[in-house]
Amino acid sequence: MAIKQLTVFVENRQGALVEITDLFASYSVDMRALSIADTQDFGILRVIVNDTAEALRILHSKGYLVQATDVIAVKISDTPGKLSSALHALNVAGMNVEYLYAFLARTQRHAYVVLRVADNAAATSVLEDAGFHMVSEEDIKKL
Amino acid sequence: MEKRYYQPEIETMPHEQLRAMQSGKLVKQVKHVWEHCAPYRRKMEEMGVTPDDIKGIEDLHKLPFVTKSDLRDEYPYGMLSVPSSECVRIHSTSGTTGKRVIAYYTQHDVDLWEDCCARAIVAAGGTKEDVVQVGYGYGLFTGGAGLHGGSHKVGSLTLPMSSGNTERQIQFMMDLKSTILCCTPSYAAYLGEALKEAGYKPEDNSLKAGIFGAEPWTEEMRRDIEASLGIKAYDIYGLTETSGPGVAFECEAQKGMHINEDHFLAEIIDPDTGEVLPEGSKGELVFTSLDKEAFPLLRYRTRDICVLDRTPCACGRTHVRMAKPMGRSDDMMIIRGVNVFPSQIETVLLNEGYAPNYQIVVDRAKNNDTLDVYVELSPEQFTDTVSGITAREKALAGAMRTMLGIGAVIHLVAPKTIARSEGKAVRVIDKRKLHD
Repeated sequence: MAIKQLTVFVENRQGALVEITDLFASYSVDMRALSIADTQDFGILRVIVNDTAEALRILHSKGYLVQATDVIAVKISDTPGKLSSALHALNVAGMNVEYLYAFLARTQRHAYVVLRVADNAAATSVLEDAGFHMVSEEDIKKL
Repeated sequence: MEKRYYQPEIETMPHEQLRAMQSGKLVKQVKHVWEHCAPYRRKMEEMGVTPDDIKGIEDLHKLPFVTKSDLRDEYPYGMLSVPSSECVRIHSTSGTTGKRVIAYYTQHDVDLWEDCCARAIVAAGGTKEDVVQVGYGYGLFTGGAGLHGGSHKVGSLTLPMSSGNTERQIQFMMDLKSTILCCTPSYAAYLGEALKEAGYKPEDNSLKAGIFGAEPWTEEMRRDIEASLGIKAYDIYGLTETSGPGVAFECEAQKGMHINEDHFLAEIIDPDTGEVLPEGSKGELVFTSLDKEAFPLLRYRTRDICVLDRTPCACGRTHVRMAKPMGRSDDMMIIRGVNVFPSQIETVLLNEGYAPNYQIVVDRAKNNDTLDVYVELSPEQFTDTVSGITAREKALAGAMRTMLGIGAVIHLVAPKTIARSEGKAVRVIDKRKLHD
């Protein structure tokens, strides 16, 4: 149950990020989750939005280096140790997590964790078998 | 091979006859500068040489050299060798490395220059039936005017596009069915990209050939341009100081550029000692003009490092061929004691599947030279992980080290963030000069 993440190459200079967030704002693109990986030279912005196709189109038209990446998202209750048990499940199954980032839901006492793994389908079944609820594109839109 | 010449009697003139012609012209040219150009006369007097000592091209080595800084020192009129009322035009160097050099032309000078360009166009397959799109800059830069004039002499339909305005270049190229494109190689590569982006395939245009020069380019870049535009790409060489493009041009054999030796006499010297090197040696290219009136050159040091080849060419031309310059002794960077040419860095990029859009920054930190190369990443090369991108940087750095013999720090940057050349590319920023 993969969901689409937008991955954007961001130059490491002042104002580079705000140009992207301004762009989203002006087209009313709503961000659900985001993370930035940075190095000395560049950053990689990973973002989940309400309308991936539209955001992709906008970024392309402005000449950004952008890619839609399949990731998975899992819903976990907002209590200590829950993320650990999800990661344990993957670890036991021999699955490596490339990166992850989490966000809290506004109303419910839940957290959502976005995971980048090599095999989305396999990781999904491992997590589902461990009793976790996976989040779909539809769920994300409703958040 | 199809034989096509603009001035066959000159271009295929037997070697001995050509030498005799050159000798006669050189004697006259030396006399002309002695009488009409004070800086040359002064230089000759300092060396104790008079026109009587120059009886033919075998005496060329007796003459003093002239350098770019000599020409700059005489800005703006010092080198003018005819009354300015005899001149019909000027052109000028870009002045990127210092004060500009102003070159003057009489009508005779313009004619001989345009003849040289016409030879290049005909060698690339140009006839009066062709549509020549001139995408070199018009104005003080010699690129536009030279190929424009050459195209007129051939009788081709000339599109005076000048550089830039890519959308309009593509529109005219398609609507008027341009058959020969003349511009800088980096702009040709850029046009290839732009055509692809606009949804055109290489076979959609009517181009058959391109004449590209005014900046260094590599064989890899040639193959790239030939594939993206669906053409044969020909090299052309020249300097504002000699007149402009067309001093040398590539024929259909594409094995070096024939120097128009009836107008320009070439030598290869050791750049350190000034000693003339035997033919076939690598060294600095030196030109002497043989029949220019307004702005003659005696033994002008071009700073271009190359090799001359006098073996017979399949095209039938007898004029000597020069290899593509390996770099300018000006462009040559000495980094941590190693000679590095930007063209080497470009070769690595193309070999590794990158577009030739790059910038080299040389600096000094803690008394050590640093070399940073900024390279544009293409959408296909982008991945969502930092490790994916740093792995690419490492691979490229490894390939650079193999080619250059020294390490370079690679920075992958977003597409179109490095300034594109619609004129000349600023490929190298050497910050060490600012500190010295």
